[in-house]
Amino acid sequence: MFAALSDETRLSLVAALASGRTRSITELTAGTRLTRQAITKHLRVLEGVGLVRSNRFGRESLFELDPAPLAELRAYLERVSEQWDQALARLKAFVE
Amino acid sequence: MNNVIEKTIELKAPVARVWRALSDSGEFGEWFRVRFEGPFVPGQVVRGQVLFPGYEHLKFEMLIKEMQPEKLFSYTWHPYAVDPKVDYSQETPTLVEITLHRTAGGTLLIVKESGFENVPSARRAEAFRMNSDGWAAQIRNIEGYLARNA
Repeated sequence: MFAALSDETRLSLVAALASGRTRSITELTAGTRLTRQAITKHLRVLEGVGLVRSNRFGRESLFELDPAPLAELRAYLERVSEQWDQALARLKAFVE
Repeated sequence: MNNVIEKTIELKAPVARVWRALSDSGEFGEWFRVRFEGPFVPGQVVRGQVLFPGYEHLKFEMLIKEMQPEKLFSYTWHPYAVDPKVDYSQETPTLVEITLHRTAGGTLLIVKESGFENVPSARRAEAFRMNSDGWAAQIRNIEGYLARNA
């Protein structure tokens, strides 16, 4: 997932979907300098890691954000980060 | 997305003192709450027993990478490897780099941990579930994260 989010375009797509509203490829392509095909490719990468879901609606695919993996990732890093805070506080007490 | 953890702490102790607390496995274990079976030697794996209350059933392993006296201590490990039934050795570890910098008041210590992109998703999910106590706080973190990245 880190790799999926390491790309500027994909991050901006996640940001565009963060409002919670579903969006079509046309909407997501508007305002970018990229082609529909390029945007679709990026959306499929996000879909592949479970960050984005799509539903077919007539001839269009509508995309929406699935925030669960993001929350999970964030929580994992927070947990490791918290352990460091505690360990460094003990180191401080130990050397001072 | 930021996949590096970086921590900075100012210690009111000379660099030599802090270096000893890092490089001597006995001293490191004191504050890290691990009993190591041997000394830290670059290029070698050192095993230990976790002493942290509630996690005493866990074995612990670090591969020591670099030891530049009073400057750099680095190793790889598996963060949050808390399930004794799982063989973490098959997973790509994260890299921890601890650097020391002399300051007027003592020592500035910087910890950088990187390589989280290699931690399997299932492992992250596990840590997430185990952290249910901090759930309310996490929700705020997530909201903050999404707000900052929106």
